[in-house]
Amino acid sequence: MRTKKVAEPKLIFEKGRSGRIGCNLPVCDTPEVDINAVVGETREQLFLPEVGELEMLRHFTHLSHVNYGIETGFYPLGSCTMKYNPKINERTAALPGFAATHPMQPESTVPGNLEILYRVQEILKEVTGFDDISLQPVAGAHGEMTCLMLMKAYHESRGEGEKRKYILIPDSAHGTNPASAARCGYQVKSIGTDAAGNTDLASLEKVLDEEVAGLMLTNPSTLGLFEPNIEKICKMLHDVGALVFCDGANMNAMVGTTRPGDHGFDCMHLNLHKTFSTPHGGGGPGCGAIGLKKHLEPFLPVPVVRKDGEKLILDYRRPQSIGRVSSFFGQFLMEVRAYTYLMAYGKERIADISRHAVLNANYVQARLKDVLPQAHPRPCMHECVLTAQQYKKNGIRALDISKRLIDYGFHPPTNYFPLIVPECLMIEPTETEAKETLDEFCDALIAICREAVEDPDVLHNAPTTQIVGRLDETAAVKNLDVRWRPSGDVVAAAGDPDGGRGLAVAEGIESERMASTRG
Amino acid sequence: MLATIGAKTIDELFRDIPENLRVKGQLNIPSFLDEARLYGHLSELSRRNANLVKTVCFLGAGIYDRYVPASVAAVISRGEFLTAYTPYQPELSQGYLQSIYEFQTMVAELYGMDIANASMYDGATSMAEAAILSHGVKGRTKICVSGAVHPHYRQVLDTYCWSVGLDVHTLSTEDGATANFDGVDQEAACVVVQYPNFFGTIEDLGIARDKARAAGAMFIVVADPIACGLLKPPGEFDADIVVGEGQPLGIAMGFGGPLLGLFACKKEFVRRIPGRIVGRTTDHDGNPGYVMTLRTREQDIKREKATSNICTNEALMALAATVYMEALGKNGIRSVAESTVRNTQYAIKKLTEAGAKLRFAGKVFGEFVIELPKDPLEVQTALLEHHILAGLPLGPYYSELKNCMLVAVTETRTKEQINDYAAKLAEVLR
Repeated sequence: MRTKKVAEPKLIFEKGRSGRIGCNLPVCDTPEVDINAVVGETREQLFLPEVGELEMLRHFTHLSHVNYGIETGFYPLGSCTMKYNPKINERTAALPGFAATHPMQPESTVPGNLEILYRVQEILKEVTGFDDISLQPVAGAHGEMTCLMLMKAYHESRGEGEKRKYILIPDSAHGTNPASAARCGYQVKSIGTDAAGNTDLASLEKVLDEEVAGLMLTNPSTLGLFEPNIEKICKMLHDVGALVFCDGANMNAMVGTTRPGDHGFDCMHLNLHKTFSTPHGGGGPGCGAIGLKKHLEPFLPVPVVRKDGEKLILDYRRPQSIGRVSSFFGQFLMEVRAYTYLMAYGKERIADISRHAVLNANYVQARLKDVLPQAHPRPCMHECVLTAQQYKKNGIRALDISKRLIDYGFHPPTNYFPLIVPECLMIEPTETEAKETLDEFCDALIAICREAVEDPDVLHNAPTTQIVGRLDETAAVKNLDVRWRPSGDVVAAAGDPDGGRGLAVAEGIESERMASTRG
Repeated sequence: MLATIGAKTIDELFRDIPENLRVKGQLNIPSFLDEARLYGHLSELSRRNANLVKTVCFLGAGIYDRYVPASVAAVISRGEFLTAYTPYQPELSQGYLQSIYEFQTMVAELYGMDIANASMYDGATSMAEAAILSHGVKGRTKICVSGAVHPHYRQVLDTYCWSVGLDVHTLSTEDGATANFDGVDQEAACVVVQYPNFFGTIEDLGIARDKARAAGAMFIVVADPIACGLLKPPGEFDADIVVGEGQPLGIAMGFGGPLLGLFACKKEFVRRIPGRIVGRTTDHDGNPGYVMTLRTREQDIKREKATSNICTNEALMALAATVYMEALGKNGIRSVAESTVRNTQYAIKKLTEAGAKLRFAGKVFGEFVIELPKDPLEVQTALLEHHILAGLPLGPYYSELKNCMLVAVTETRTKEQINDYAAKLAEVLR
């Protein structure tokens, strides 16, 4: 029996009244002008809300009540590193000396900003073991793409741009890896994972030749396991003149304990919104800093923040640069947050990050081993990959367990990634969770696994404690409605007069198949 | 905890890492600071800058000093929004998902388009993605972009196009507007113009549209969202895709990041668009709800065949823009745009009286180019002494405009500030 916590939320467009406004705008004190004489034809209609400020604030407050965040509860999401986002970071990022600066104001007027960029670069160099850092990429996928661009430029500079057509990517990799490779004009060849959960060296050898531009490897892998052959793999790639990129999504397992630059990698990307606590914001801003070795340095995006004697400068004189990958310097106010975070740890405490992250993940794995076994039985790093395969015979998929966790007050873990583990649950507690929280979470999962056997329907119907139950994602595609319209008409898909049924049906079938196998 | 795991030390848990790859001792980074000292340290660094609360800003060039209502920070600092994960679990994310649906609606409405996505990184990468989309649709490899589009955006476009093997052809300008459409031919995938353009000029979008149509190319507009609250939006000129920078919609200038990429288009392209998109549906009890939809375009499902590699975007900034657009609403956006026009016209009058010359003849919205009898860099330096950021010297970007400066005047500028700028300019030019 479902009980709703709050009344059904209305759209902002269904609230308000003509003539209302929700803020106290700057009063214009310059002379009036004939607007149409100055700018030409103006628009006749603009269907934006007309609500008062209090009305508008209540609207968002109610929306926040039906949204889960780290401060609501635990996020065991593998590969997302949903750690606590320190509030002090919000204070420092709001300092007007940072927030009220324009990216195109003269360099000489923003020495403080250059200091921030430079210091973050220097700290990240040391943490990652690379020779150079660029902070210009604005998200993880963007950082991956930028690294691939560096590799492309490197090969082109050696006259091998045309020859080296392929990027090798493990079948366990995050989808952004092949997507980023495609964005750089590369074709992808897949390599396998062996029974122990490591890169299958035989499958690597099979595809490795001088047409390969590089390998993208996540270390620790998306299975949460450290690649013991990493130095050997890097050497294999280097021996054929190819490069190796480290997907740094799992850097949380390594901070202060080991450095990808020492493993043999040529470049890596970092997710500052994972490892370095900048807030995830519901899907961004991300922050995709990259690290690279000297031989890739000529190709860095411009401008490069570096020291010229004692002064910090923005260096644009870089003839081999790949150019710009984003408008300005990257996610500057996120760099301020990351810098604040790093300085709160310092050299004395920074290794605590990886040590406690790894401890917490192993603890969860150990507590759950009787109900959700590991996909690969060995110590995990900062995340563990467990399988719910044994409950298939009860008609239960990993998705059902995840949805039932919501009723116990937890955000689900990562489902169905990596693709190579059936019915997988990838759990990354992070270092900022107390033992009590981990115990509550494990107790909940243990109870749910018992329910899976004794009362599977309770899982099938879950969740029943939220404002909505499971949503019809097939219908979302079939009856595509991605905006409100004044008359109430929805925007049909594909521009077909019958509302896009033709194309939508095919998409609907695919979506249904996907929805039934994914979360 | 170690007992439960069956290990004696945390070090044991790292045994898969070869000994030679383990960090020995401490990393060579600064010592930690307690919170009080940390805040003091960051404050001190911030005070080394000339911030634009103390210095009056007449610099635009894509990032604008607009007034951000207090309600924006109040909403986006709520932990439920600030620290939320991507809404892959819609049952726990209806708050965000509904706000994105509202965002999509308002962006599409401002631009006069059918649909908009949940955000991109910034205006520049949004434009690059639109160009790549046009290549996917038309199968052609030439991207025609006006020289009056923001130079940084064109640099990003150059990088993206090099990366995927497309060619960029720049359309030259005259008198501050796109003039030469040679090269917009059967090999062109798209024509890209900016509205208002980088110089502040309001170009006639019908001209670029007709050239694009004649060549069978797509018509892409990079548009300022506030300007579109007043001017005829690009959708009314039959634009195929409209992209832009959403920073003026309630986001701090922040030295250029984080920003907010806007992406809107005709509904026929919905399955090709990059980025996330939220749709409305129902749950199995018939209650309305929102989900991320058309997911088969995205990287986690389609991998190398995805419409883009974008995953994380600018959701929190989109939320800031949502709050801004709802706080201002229909009346406020129009008001801000009209104030911008009034202030800009007044500034043109006063600065030309002070000795500057208006460089281009076209209609302008909130920005214009002045020609100065002295080196604009010197003028800018001199005016900084008076806490005025005079504008952007254009020499580094357009060699034919090395005597010129790009000046922006938003609704936050007052008559007194504009008078002061003119007075100080007159002094400097004497």
